[in-house]
Amino acid sequence: MEANQATPVKYDMEVVRWFTIAAAIYACVGTLIGVYVASELAWPFLNFDMEWITFGRLRPLHTNAVIFAFGGCALMATGFYIVQRTGATKLWSNGLAWATFVGWNLIIVSAVITLPLGWTSGKEYAELEWPIDIAIAIVWLMYGFNYIMTIGIRKTSHIYVSNWFTMGMIVMITYLHVVNSMAIPVSMTNSFSIYSGVQDAMIQWWWGHNAVGFYLTGGFLAIMYYFVPKQAGRPVFSYRLSVLHFWALTFGYVWLGAHHLQYTALPDWTGSLGAAVSLAMIIPSWGGAMNGMMTLSGAWDRLRDDYILRFLVVALAFYAMSTFEGPVMSIKTVNALSHYTDWTVGHVHSGALGWMAMVAYGAMYHMIKKLWGVEKMYSEGLVNVHFWLATIGTVVYVVAMWVSGIMQGLMWRDYDEYGTLTYTFVESVSAMHPYYAMRAIGGLIFNIGTWIALYNIVMTVRTASAARGASAVPANA
Amino acid sequence: MSDHDKIYSTKLQDKTERSTLLMFVLTAIAVAIGGIVEIVPLFYLPNTAMCQNDPTCNNTQHKDLNGNVIPMDKIIWNPATSAHKTLDDWQPGDGVRPYKALELAGRNVYIREGCFLCHSQMIRPFRDEKDRYGHYSIAEESMYDHTYQWGSKRTGPDLARLAGKYSDEWHRRHLMYPRDVVPESVMPNYFWLNDKKVDIPETVETMKVLTIMPFNPVPKTIYTDEYIAGAASELEGKTDLEALIAYLQSLGNHVKFEEGVNYRD
Repeated sequence: MEANQATPVKYDMEVVRWFTIAAAIYACVGTLIGVYVASELAWPFLNFDMEWITFGRLRPLHTNAVIFAFGGCALMATGFYIVQRTGATKLWSNGLAWATFVGWNLIIVSAVITLPLGWTSGKEYAELEWPIDIAIAIVWLMYGFNYIMTIGIRKTSHIYVSNWFTMGMIVMITYLHVVNSMAIPVSMTNSFSIYSGVQDAMIQWWWGHNAVGFYLTGGFLAIMYYFVPKQAGRPVFSYRLSVLHFWALTFGYVWLGAHHLQYTALPDWTGSLGAAVSLAMIIPSWGGAMNGMMTLSGAWDRLRDDYILRFLVVALAFYAMSTFEGPVMSIKTVNALSHYTDWTVGHVHSGALGWMAMVAYGAMYHMIKKLWGVEKMYSEGLVNVHFWLATIGTVVYVVAMWVSGIMQGLMWRDYDEYGTLTYTFVESVSAMHPYYAMRAIGGLIFNIGTWIALYNIVMTVRTASAARGASAVPANA
Repeated sequence: MSDHDKIYSTKLQDKTERSTLLMFVLTAIAVAIGGIVEIVPLFYLPNTAMCQNDPTCNNTQHKDLNGNVIPMDKIIWNPATSAHKTLDDWQPGDGVRPYKALELAGRNVYIREGCFLCHSQMIRPFRDEKDRYGHYSIAEESMYDHTYQWGSKRTGPDLARLAGKYSDEWHRRHLMYPRDVVPESVMPNYFWLNDKKVDIPETVETMKVLTIMPFNPVPKTIYTDEYIAGAASELEGKTDLEALIAYLQSLGNHVKFEEGVNYRD
C-alpha cells in the first residue's frame, strides 16, 4: 500500500515526527513520576512535607502523564502515520493535526500545573477539572474528526483493520469522556459530579475500564495490526480473526467496567454481568494475540537480530497474559481476594508497561527510521538494552505486586484459632514494605530504559538531520 | 490489503469496510449497547438509592427479620417524619443525611488531597470486613456523595465506618504526623492542613450546587436557605484539619443496622 518511503512529501509527516518525539519524552517523565510515587509508599519521608508532591496529589499526575501524555502522543503519532499510509493519502487537514498537537500538549501542561495544586474532580483517571475537561473534549473531537475524514478521503477501496480500532477508540472515548465528566462547577478549579453513589460508581468504572479497553487496548491494537506485519514483512496472519477480534472487542469490552464493583453496593446482577462478559472476552483477546504472534510464523528467526520485533512480540505476550489475568480477577471469588489490593496495580502495569509501552516503543522505533529516512537507529545495541531493561523492569514490578497483592488479601481475611482476625491492618502495611521497594526498583529499571530510548532517538534524529543538512527537524522538541 | 476482495468474511463486513460512514455508524452503535444496558437501569431499579424526591426510592424495600418492610425514612433521614428536624439536631441512627457545613468543607479537603487513592469507603459483605470495619455498606449511604468516594485501593484501611472509632485528638495527631501514632504507617504528614483556613465561599457554593443536582440533590428542606446562610459564620476561623476531622467523624454512623437483616436485596 505504500510503495515509496523515500518520498515522504506525499504525506503530512512533520506532525507525526513531533508527536513521536513528544511521546518519547513523556514516557521518561511519566514513568519517572511513577517511580517517585512508588518510592513514597516504600519510604514515606520522600513526601518531604510538601503538599504538592504528596502521594495523593502526585499519583494522578503519574497516571495522567503515562496514559494521556505518553499514551496519547504515541496513539496520535501512530494514528496519523497509519491512516495516511494505509489510505495512501495526506491528512484531511494538516492544520487541524497541528492544532491537535498544540492543544493536546497544552492540556498536558495544564495537568502538570493543576494536579499538584490539588485541583481534582476526584474521579480516578479523570481527575482533571472541568475547564480542562472541556478542552480535552474539543481537542479529542478535532483529532477524531480529522482522522475519520482522512479515512473518508483514502485512495484504497477498503478501510484497513488498524483504522477500525482507532475509529472505535475515537467514538467510545468521546462517549465516555462526555458522560463521565458531567459535573456542576462551584468555581474555576472545583466541580462535583452530577451523579452520586451507585450511579457515579458505575459510570466511573464504565469510563475507567473502557479507557483501558478502547484507548490503551483498542488504540494500541491499531498499532499492533499495522506495525507487526510491517516489521515482520508479512501480512496479518488471519483476516477473519481480525474481523472477529474487532467486533467482539468493540461490542464486548464496554460491558466489563462493572467487574470493578463486585460485592459493593452496586446491584449484584451488574457486577456478575460484567464478570461474565469479561470471561467471554478471553476468546477474542487471545484470538487477537495469536493473530499478531502467528503473523511472525516463518519469520521467527528474525527475533535473533531484529530488536524492534522483540518489543512487538513481547508486547503481544503481555497482552495475552493480561487479557487472561483480567477476566480471572473479575470472577467474584477471585475478586473477593484481589480487590482493593496491589494485585490490581500489578495487573494494570503488566498491561501498561508490558503491552502498551512495549508495542508503542516497537512502533516508535519503526516509525523513526521511516520518518527520518535512516536505515538503522543511532545504536541498535541500545535498542536491545532498552528492550531488556523494559522487560526485566516490567517483570520485577509485576511479580512484586502479585506477591504483595495476594499477601494483603490473605492477611486481611486470616483468622486465628480463637476466631479473631490474625492481623491488624497496619501489620499488612508493614509487610508490604519489601515489595513496595521492589516495585520501585522494577519501575526504575523500566524508567532507565526510557531515557536510553530517548537518547537513542535524539541521536538518530540528529545524525539524520546532519546527514541531510536539514535544519527544520525537531531534535529537542 | 489487496486480497480483501477474495477473502472477505461476509457481504456486510465487506460493505462496511468500504464505507467510512457505515463503519462509523456500526461502531458507534456497537460500543453504546453495553453501557446502556448496565447504566440506565441503575436510574430506575430499586436498591440503587436513586431517590430524587421519591420517598420510596424506586420502591426499594428492606425487610426486617419478620418480613416487614422497614420504612425508608428509617434508612434515609427525613426531617418531616423524624423526631430530629434539622441537621444540627440529627442524631446517629436517624438515617442517611447530607453533610453539615464543616463536614462538607472537610470532604472537599479529602477529595483535594486524593485520600480516595489509598482509602476505600465501601465495606463488602464478608466476615473479616465486618470484624475489621463494621456492617457492609449500602447504596443509600452514598446517595448524597456527588463524586462518590468508594475508592478502589486499600493502601490504608477502609474509612466507611470511621465515625466515633477514634477521638478527635487522635485524628488530629494522626493526620498531622501519622508515624507518631502508627509507626508503620506510610501516609504523608498533613500537619500543614492545620495552617490552612477553610475555603468558606467554596464550601457555601458547594452546598448550593448540591441542591440543584439533577440526580439525588440535597433537599432544600435540609439545606434550607437559613442553613446555607448560617454556614459562613459556622466555618469562620476553622482550619482544613478541623474540617477534615469533622468529615471523618461523620462517616458511617447514619443508619442503625439490625442484625441479620439483608439490606442489599
